[in-house]
Amino acid sequence: MSGGHSTYTPKTGIERWIDARMPLPRLVHDSFVSYPVPRNLNYAYTFGGILSIMLVVQILTGVVLVMHYASDTSLAFLSVEKIMRDVNWGWLLRYMHANGASFFFIAVYLHIFRGLYYGSYKAPRELLWILGCIIYLLMMATGFMGYVLPWGQMSGWGATVITGFFTAIPLVGTWLQELLLGGFAVDNPTLTHFFALHYLLPFVIAGVVVLHVWALHVVGQTNPTGIEVKQKTDTLPFTPYATVKDAFGMIVFLAVFAYFIFYMPNYLGHPDNYIQFDSLKTPAHIVPEWYFLPFYAILRAITFNIGPIDSKLGGVLAMFAAIAVLFFVPWLDTSKVRSAVYRPWYKLFFWLFAINAIFLGWLGSKPAEGWYIPAMQVSTLYYFAFFLVIMPLLGLFEKPKQLPNSITEAVLAKNKGAAAHPAGATAASESNG
Amino acid sequence: MKKVLHGLAALGILLAGSSAFAAETATGANHAAEPTHFPILAPKEQKWSFAGPFGTYDKAQLQRGLKVYKEVCSACHSMNLVAFRTLADLGYSDAQIKAFAAEYTIQDGPNDDGDMFERPGIASDHFPSPYANVQAAAAANGGAAPPDMSLLAKARGVTRGFPLFVVDIFTQYAEGGPDYIYSLLTGYNETPPEGMEIPEGTHYNPYFVSGKSLKMAPPLSDGQVTYEDGSPETVDQYSHDVSAFLMWAAEPHMEARKRTGFSVLVFMALLGVLVYLTKRKVWSNVEH
Repeated sequence: MSGGHSTYTPKTGIERWIDARMPLPRLVHDSFVSYPVPRNLNYAYTFGGILSIMLVVQILTGVVLVMHYASDTSLAFLSVEKIMRDVNWGWLLRYMHANGASFFFIAVYLHIFRGLYYGSYKAPRELLWILGCIIYLLMMATGFMGYVLPWGQMSGWGATVITGFFTAIPLVGTWLQELLLGGFAVDNPTLTHFFALHYLLPFVIAGVVVLHVWALHVVGQTNPTGIEVKQKTDTLPFTPYATVKDAFGMIVFLAVFAYFIFYMPNYLGHPDNYIQFDSLKTPAHIVPEWYFLPFYAILRAITFNIGPIDSKLGGVLAMFAAIAVLFFVPWLDTSKVRSAVYRPWYKLFFWLFAINAIFLGWLGSKPAEGWYIPAMQVSTLYYFAFFLVIMPLLGLFEKPKQLPNSITEAVLAKNKGAAAHPAGATAASESNG
Repeated sequence: MKKVLHGLAALGILLAGSSAFAAETATGANHAAEPTHFPILAPKEQKWSFAGPFGTYDKAQLQRGLKVYKEVCSACHSMNLVAFRTLADLGYSDAQIKAFAAEYTIQDGPNDDGDMFERPGIASDHFPSPYANVQAAAAANGGAAPPDMSLLAKARGVTRGFPLFVVDIFTQYAEGGPDYIYSLLTGYNETPPEGMEIPEGTHYNPYFVSGKSLKMAPPLSDGQVTYEDGSPETVDQYSHDVSAFLMWAAEPHMEARKRTGFSVLVFMALLGVLVYLTKRKVWSNVEH
């Protein structure tokens, strides 16, 4: 799609001069102005833009916070409180950064679910998807290490539990854990390690985002119909069409973000993190940040030994597998049709998967006791079955609906149908812009 | 087909929701004499002047709360993060703050001779701790140091459970901390259920978040603190006032936060409308 010739024409002498030497304006023009996008993109496609804004928000607030933060166990907690109380607008910076992490994850989850729904991972977009999975993995590492920096009870105990996972790995596990911690337990070297990595990783993310966007601009966007762009009428120039739509999506998203920053800044956090870390006082329930809860439930669902694998290693393996399986999705899905709009059964299983994922998250916040354990096990089973059984088999057995011949045809048919039968408008809202 | 799918999805949500709700109710139904989940009773939700999008601190209440802290709580609980100068938020003048700070003795030094010395407090000092160090605090209180109170109102919160935690987003419920502190302070007069063993030297309190009883004896009694503004001198009033004061101590910039938030949201709404209308205009010439 972007393989076409550049339409950039420098107008002034300065533009021509720059264009002949380093055509950055041409790159920007071709990527964000004339770049053709399918005309039927809905608001689910605005999360890519929202995510890049969130990355910028996190890096900018983070850099200013670092100017006031002290990465020493005796000072970290106090320096964060100094930011909250004495630094001008410090409370705003810190609440933006802390809630920003949560909203970064909200956006990334919606972005991933959009990809799963519309089959965005299918050929030729496998690398695009995998780069996205790498970004997600880097975000998880960054989020986890960032949560340790305020040096509250959940910071320290979360770090203890999560680095403890590595000890389950045979032979090198303990060595790996001590490497991460910089010692035998969570202490000052852990904090300095995590601080350095927490500052580094966002820039690594930014680098992979560039690759992600590059890959996107080579293969072009998918769209709610899942049909490739075939003709000129299928697309519109990125600016102004996608730009203005993305801008509106961003404003709505940022308004919800602002609502949390200003009115519920501690809703997504844990009260225990306002207590300084004490390595001798274990909190009653150690829970990770909300965005890790589904994986935390999967980890604790494995309560039984499988042959030579004990339950602890089994849980860790299941948890890592839950993320690793995402990388193989392009090859696990055997369907020839991309979009769930034309796949009635996939659509059903997809929504069950979404509900199941939220349920797993809720279970993750509960102690591993009573009926929660079998619930975690059933939910975990469905999580894996969706990828490993349903995705491969459904492509072979499911009879997809009749596909339109082109994006243009789909758009025109929908609008005609909506005009003729206003009642049918809800049914067609799948691809509504 | 579509209807069937929607029906199934709705059923799924309903099932997940109801089972979650059932779980919350089930965990609430503890065995009365030997409960395993705490607190035994959920905090009592109170009306606070600082709740909601336009909430502000009641300065008179904060001043009374400060008095309760100073005369009662500060005997055991430190408040290390709060500086005297920030008491201006409570409506005190610079001269009043100076005089207030001077009532405290602060250890400073070393001086030019290398000695530590004591001096009256100044506005930039923080509230001094009642104990020399954490070990001394623990030793004087049966092995556990009383928690620092600077952040207590944000460091305590009882899990709300499903579906309340969803409702809270829309009602902006963020007063779990002060509700908890109030409930604990007024929760000592309950009698333990039959058959419950209360360990020696502890006091039954069904609102305590990590057990059936705690070491802290009921700290407040009617008439203990004299109020100059005619407010009732009751445990209930003291508990309200000190909880509000602790919320301020934990979140001194809350008023500025909510004020700023309102401007931000109004701006976002206006910008949103304008951008949406622009979007409509831009897209009006293409079918999509």
